[in-house]
Amino acid sequence: MFKIIQKTIRTGIVTKAYPAELAHVSEHFRGRPHFDFEKWTDARPAAEVCPTGAISLRDSHDSREVTVDYGLCVFCGLCAEASSDKAVRITQEFELATKNRRNLVLTAEYTLNADHTHRQLGTVRPGSGNVETDVKIVGQKAHETIRKVLGRSLAIREVDAGSCNGCEVEIVALNNPIHDIERFGIQFVASPRHADMLLVTGPVTRNMELALLKTYRAMPEPKVVVAVGACGISGGIFGKNYASLGGVDNVLPVDVYIPGCPPRPQALLHGILLAVGRLGEKLYHERGG
Amino acid sequence: MSAFFEALEQKFGAQIQAPSAEREDEIYVVVGDPDIRALAEYLRSEFEARLVTVFGEDRRSVERVFFNYYVFERKGDTRYLIVRASVRADHPEFPSLSAELPAVNWQEREIQDWFGLKAVGHPNPRKVALHDNWPDVHPLRKDFLLETVLPPFQGERHIYRPALGEGVFQVPVGPVHAGTIEPGHFNFAVAGEPILYLQLRMFYTHKGTEKLFEKLPIPKAVFLAESISGDSSFSHGTAFCQAIERAVQMEVPLRALIMRTILLELERICNHVADIGAIATDVGFVVANAHASRLKEMLVTLNENLTGNRLLRGMICVGGVRRGWNAVQLGLLRATVDAFAADFQDLVTLIDSSESTRDRLEQTGVLLPEKAKDLGIVGVAGRASGIDLDVRRDHPYAAYGRYSFRIPVYQVGDVNHRMQVRVDEVNESLGILRNAAEDSQHGEFRAQIPPIPPDRCAVSAVEGWRGEIIHWIRTGPNNHLERCKIKDPSLNNWPALVEAVQGNIIADFPVINKSFNLSYSGTDR
Repeated sequence: MFKIIQKTIRTGIVTKAYPAELAHVSEHFRGRPHFDFEKWTDARPAAEVCPTGAISLRDSHDSREVTVDYGLCVFCGLCAEASSDKAVRITQEFELATKNRRNLVLTAEYTLNADHTHRQLGTVRPGSGNVETDVKIVGQKAHETIRKVLGRSLAIREVDAGSCNGCEVEIVALNNPIHDIERFGIQFVASPRHADMLLVTGPVTRNMELALLKTYRAMPEPKVVVAVGACGISGGIFGKNYASLGGVDNVLPVDVYIPGCPPRPQALLHGILLAVGRLGEKLYHERGG
Repeated sequence: MSAFFEALEQKFGAQIQAPSAEREDEIYVVVGDPDIRALAEYLRSEFEARLVTVFGEDRRSVERVFFNYYVFERKGDTRYLIVRASVRADHPEFPSLSAELPAVNWQEREIQDWFGLKAVGHPNPRKVALHDNWPDVHPLRKDFLLETVLPPFQGERHIYRPALGEGVFQVPVGPVHAGTIEPGHFNFAVAGEPILYLQLRMFYTHKGTEKLFEKLPIPKAVFLAESISGDSSFSHGTAFCQAIERAVQMEVPLRALIMRTILLELERICNHVADIGAIATDVGFVVANAHASRLKEMLVTLNENLTGNRLLRGMICVGGVRRGWNAVQLGLLRATVDAFAADFQDLVTLIDSSESTRDRLEQTGVLLPEKAKDLGIVGVAGRASGIDLDVRRDHPYAAYGRYSFRIPVYQVGDVNHRMQVRVDEVNESLGILRNAAEDSQHGEFRAQIPPIPPDRCAVSAVEGWRGEIIHWIRTGPNNHLERCKIKDPSLNNWPALVEAVQGNIIADFPVINKSFNLSYSGTDR
């Protein structure tokens, strides 16, 4: 017992004050890729190397629509390496969680030169006709009620609906002394009956769909659903196939999406606090892509 | 080498076609109309060969048959012997080895499910990878499309064997567990507190990974390899890239090999220290876990500085690694290793000095060495039960040949020894890291990849932190793969859990399960 206390005193307090203070992030960390649409002379190399199709193109004979979907992004940095015009830059931004799937998507229109490089940038707008939730905005709850009921003490039930376990590694890290999620009155609980929030990683597999639905139905109202990681948001690199149903919102109404592969613990915290109205969104597209 | 094949040829004569050795350490033997059972028994009894993995391939469109591959290795020999047996398309059956070699029980059943080939003589031929309520499909057949939308489930997912008797109960657990862990179903038969029998149902996280490998271009498939098992991203990524490099017989620069070694060892330490903490938690020693998870955070912060990602993602590539390290990064590596080493020693002392913790760990969840051998257990769990296997020494890859390290092997096979193996391995890894950090500053870190010709096969092995990871590939045209077989060590080791829990009380299940800490996603793919 003496040894335990001695070690505890010697170690001191290690908890970081995020979000009250800025998170310490390595300069090498790969966060949100920033697209300088004005400067971008050719989106094809980036689209070509993107492993998940987060950058996709739709060309007609003299125009191009470029869609960037942070909900598919695995933050590999290949787009920046492939774009010789330096229009794509990797930032250290990680607070990408949003209540609206549309906010993770940017669409830019270009007119094209004869060699299919960009001639001129037209409009850049959030959202895209390709993202399914664009048409069915789901799970938008009365914010005030959620904040009042769940904003002070929150019980989270986590469900791995088919993930590779990468997101779980970071979710577990929320309980370590550095990130210590309990300082917010937030705890992970064993039963959905005790839970206010369903934190789901994906892709949702065919084999987990029923278990996920049953867990959701077992939760009392009001409840919120948070989709974690590229796979939870969109199916990620797995997408939809014979065994995978893709993102969580194909099965459940999702309130908040947290991009990342996996999202770092502070990104998860940001998303969780956002879902219960304790933090706001950081809208990067208003800062010019 | 030749003596080995002469012996094989003498014994099996015309059945065996001449071995082709594309690479020195990978030898293919083709058996015509095989009795693979006799061959496997001969290799086992005469050469003490171990059957590493068994898997299938649909080659009907090209060679009008299916192939089954049996990968063997033997002690003190760095080569893999790969026996290829054809299975006729009009007679889709193959002889099962599971009765004699329980280690391949699940793997043979996977061949049944994925390819629709029948394992004749299998003691338990029920579905394993596809749940019982799946329609009659075989997803790894070439005529099955990845995007197929299957009809809804029908009937029971799985009928568990009943456990009968006065006072005997069945306790179903999962797939959604109490903690933040992956999904799987455990069906315990208990008589009071002690567990009589555990039935496992896995593959809840099956997401078509092997099929998807056949669709992605190779550079993108590297990212899929990183997502096979999230806590082993770098090990699986390395296994995959190595397979491609072996297939095209390219040289990887030494600096890249050393950097890979460093990152592989960082991944090992990260997970081992987290497991040591988690084992302590599961017997109520929460303070130890607080220190362990703090130590882990120290390492993942280093990971981020070295690779841009806390789980080491986006660093590995075919031909080397994607980025070099500067002096600052290497300085941080050395400083973190030193700081970690001292703090880790404190953690071990803390756990060792807690008698109540030791009391819970000793003689809990025992996996006897003979059982471990029969079941083909690998990795940490194997080494805690007397199985002296480690790919780093047995089939050297990356830069492991340059560094000396001890491989801890224990004999009791209880939770305590599985933890002790981890403690020893962390200390050994720290030694490797210290030496490798001095080596990795200069030179190229990435080589140009030559064009990848179709129809090249290659096996690749990595000692992930759990144990032996095997990838086997066949290249296809246009920078794609025809087949990518993934064997995570978890696939071998789940049956060990079933053995180890018997007779233990159900309340000790979490700590026993944690002491194995197997990957569900790596198993289910």
